[in-house]
Amino acid sequence: MSESFDLVVVGAGPAGLAAATEAAGLGLSAVVIDEQPEPGGQIYRAVERAARGVAGDALGEDYRHGAGVVAAFRASGAVYRPGLQVWQVEQEGEVLASDGESTTSFVGKRVLIAVGAMERPVPIPGWTLPGVMGVGAAQVMLKASGIVPAGDTWVAGSGPLPLLYLAQVAAAGGRIAGYIDTTPPGNRWTAAAHLGGALRNFPYVRKGLALRAHLKGSGIPVEAADAVAATGDGKVERVRWRVGGQWKEAPCDLLLLHEGVVPNAHVTMAVGCAHDWDDRQRCFRPHLDAWGHTDIGPIMVAGDCGGIEGARAAEVRGRLAALATAAGVGRITAEERDRRAQPLRRELGRHLPIRAFLDTLFAPRRDLLSPADDVVVCRCEAITAKKVRDAVAIGAVGPNQTKAFIRSGMGPCQGRLCGLTVTEVIAEATGKTPGEVGFFRIRPPLKPLTIGELATVTPAG
Amino acid sequence: MTVEADVVVVGGGLHGCSAALHLARRGRRVVLLERRHIGRHSSGINAGGVRTMGRHPAEIGLSLAGLELWRGIADLVGDDCGFHAAGQVRVAETEAELAKMAARAAMVRGLGFTHEEVIDRAELRRLVPAIAPHCVGALIVRDDGAADPYRTTAAFGRRAAALGVDIREGEGLVALVRGGDAWTVVGQQGRYRAPVVVNAAGAWAADVAAMVGEAVDLRVRASMMMVTERVPRFLDPVIGSVGRKLSFKQTDQGTVVIGGGQQGKADRLAETTRIDFRNLARSAEAATALFPAMRGVRLVRSWCGIEAETSDQIPIIGWSRVAPGLIHSFGYSGHGFQLGPIVGSVVADLATRGSTNLPVDGLSIARFARAA
Repeated sequence: MSESFDLVVVGAGPAGLAAATEAAGLGLSAVVIDEQPEPGGQIYRAVERAARGVAGDALGEDYRHGAGVVAAFRASGAVYRPGLQVWQVEQEGEVLASDGESTTSFVGKRVLIAVGAMERPVPIPGWTLPGVMGVGAAQVMLKASGIVPAGDTWVAGSGPLPLLYLAQVAAAGGRIAGYIDTTPPGNRWTAAAHLGGALRNFPYVRKGLALRAHLKGSGIPVEAADAVAATGDGKVERVRWRVGGQWKEAPCDLLLLHEGVVPNAHVTMAVGCAHDWDDRQRCFRPHLDAWGHTDIGPIMVAGDCGGIEGARAAEVRGRLAALATAAGVGRITAEERDRRAQPLRRELGRHLPIRAFLDTLFAPRRDLLSPADDVVVCRCEAITAKKVRDAVAIGAVGPNQTKAFIRSGMGPCQGRLCGLTVTEVIAEATGKTPGEVGFFRIRPPLKPLTIGELATVTPAG
Repeated sequence: MTVEADVVVVGGGLHGCSAALHLARRGRRVVLLERRHIGRHSSGINAGGVRTMGRHPAEIGLSLAGLELWRGIADLVGDDCGFHAAGQVRVAETEAELAKMAARAAMVRGLGFTHEEVIDRAELRRLVPAIAPHCVGALIVRDDGAADPYRTTAAFGRRAAALGVDIREGEGLVALVRGGDAWTVVGQQGRYRAPVVVNAAGAWAADVAAMVGEAVDLRVRASMMMVTERVPRFLDPVIGSVGRKLSFKQTDQGTVVIGGGQQGKADRLAETTRIDFRNLARSAEAATALFPAMRGVRLVRSWCGIEAETSDQIPIIGWSRVAPGLIHSFGYSGHGFQLGPIVGSVVADLATRGSTNLPVDGLSIARFARAA
């Protein structure tokens, strides 16, 4: 089965939805393929249901903005194909997606990768214990099912998301045992240099201050710490944190970690697009022009998977990509494209200046990037940081050799969870920059599919 | 400054590393040039088959001599290379296919070799309980097996380095210039001088030959492989098929590696490959035909490496026919891994004595000159 479109969008978050909406408005045929059952992506997860209910109030004003994005998409005429896992994107513009039993081929004159961000892995001692998960994952449960955690729940980490989650849990009637703030104090001073840009984004700053104020007023204990660990027998039982060289601990049933988000560059890496190392965000991002074109003809990128800019900027990036697609397939002229892009670029200019401030304030701690020897780096294969360092010592010059030496990154997650950490550990051990070290060569498929399903993929034509 | 050596080996795949290792064992000063890193292409990521079965008559003797080296591989390189001699089995699904294998075994016996054997349905089921019930028998070599390709290539490289081979990774070949009785080898980083050069440049070997004005009809292969999630142990030998392109084995980790020669897309100049899923689907089809239980097992990863293929599907091993002091070892056409350890010894024979007692008749590049 093969279906053809002007624009095939992978991902139904703000970038993908805005792109498809804009493309349909320009008279292009567009499809959005997404693995979730409802549009919105992670940021606006289940927004159509939640915006009408109690959870919507708890989740706040931004979340309601998402309802508008989704409604515009629903009305746009773009095709929506939920519940499909994209497992391969070809350089020529074909996307293969599975419903769990059979595969459909979507062929686009342009393919827009809009798969968003992922939480940065937080390799601390005990992070592989059951009962330790990401704040983002917990927030998805809150959004999708209204689930607030029970028992002694601790949140540990840095960045806006933990603060937002604490406020959302409180609004939904939940209780958090405590918040361990791991933001390095020194970051405040370096971030101050970017305060000018931050203040140009005053609504963001106001939101941040409101979340801080909410935390203060909430009565949730806040502990500043420079290290966190989980301990327990078979599951997390206690959380430990270090303050001024002293370890403290508390009973814990659920430990939620968060150290910022990074682009989900897995798809663009698998396609073979060129990537650059982003030293400020400590991650790889695809090399893009101002419209979102990669170095590979039909493949484009919009939203956080091209670099963390936030949901509002992602929408604008999506619309810019749609304009470029319309011009690229001859629907509008280049002049028309540029004219329509002007207000979008002005809007983008309002969303971006705060990024330097946020990136610097919430820059991850060194020991998270390249953890201590005994910490597990690769969860699938249970590979510690020491094993990676040992592999370097016997001649592994990059991530792809460590795969062969010790199987790091060879499990079902394909290196999604350990990739950046392996790169950072090797960079530290070899004295190279992460950009020089590079990332795992991503081997398809993007998502595991059964041999039986692969066998049903038929020759083209 | 020019680095002086007895032999310069071009290419850090298994064949280049093996040649360097055997030369170092014989006391020769060797420089090995590798444009990327040891085992970067096919050598590091092939199916790892250690197979004497089913070979072209011109390769059988060499391959059997090679199996002897595999049996002592840990003594040779200080690592067992993950080698298990659990057998290679080529499954017949029809009586006609089985008859073809019986004829093959008879032909091999006629050449004086006894390693290939035909087994019936009952013996096949005993050795491979998970095989689909319609399969009627197989050709088998019981002491063939498989090894871990990257581990093997890395072990050869490490042992060669330990014996004094000067391995230069990140060093590409720019030019070969013959002056007097030695080659000046111009690299991207440095210059080297040696009376003998070994061309073990794999998919790029024709470029090296072209530097001395020797034309070779070499194509490029990019055989695709895939690996599944871990499943409980169900299989010991390596499985092939008479009627389908298939190579199928379970690794020590419990994952299943499926290959068999379905081709991906190779870009030789960019040194990159891409998976062709419509072709890979045919490998999946073959795997599920012989092992129906594989249908529900998840594919985790797929890949392919670039290597050279000659017009007659057997390698080119031996002296260049136009340039003195140049030894070729390339064009393994999808089945060179098992030959790696022994051909290094052949190359060392040629480089140190001028000739070899190992059976390589019929593999020289001269065979193409005769045909022309």
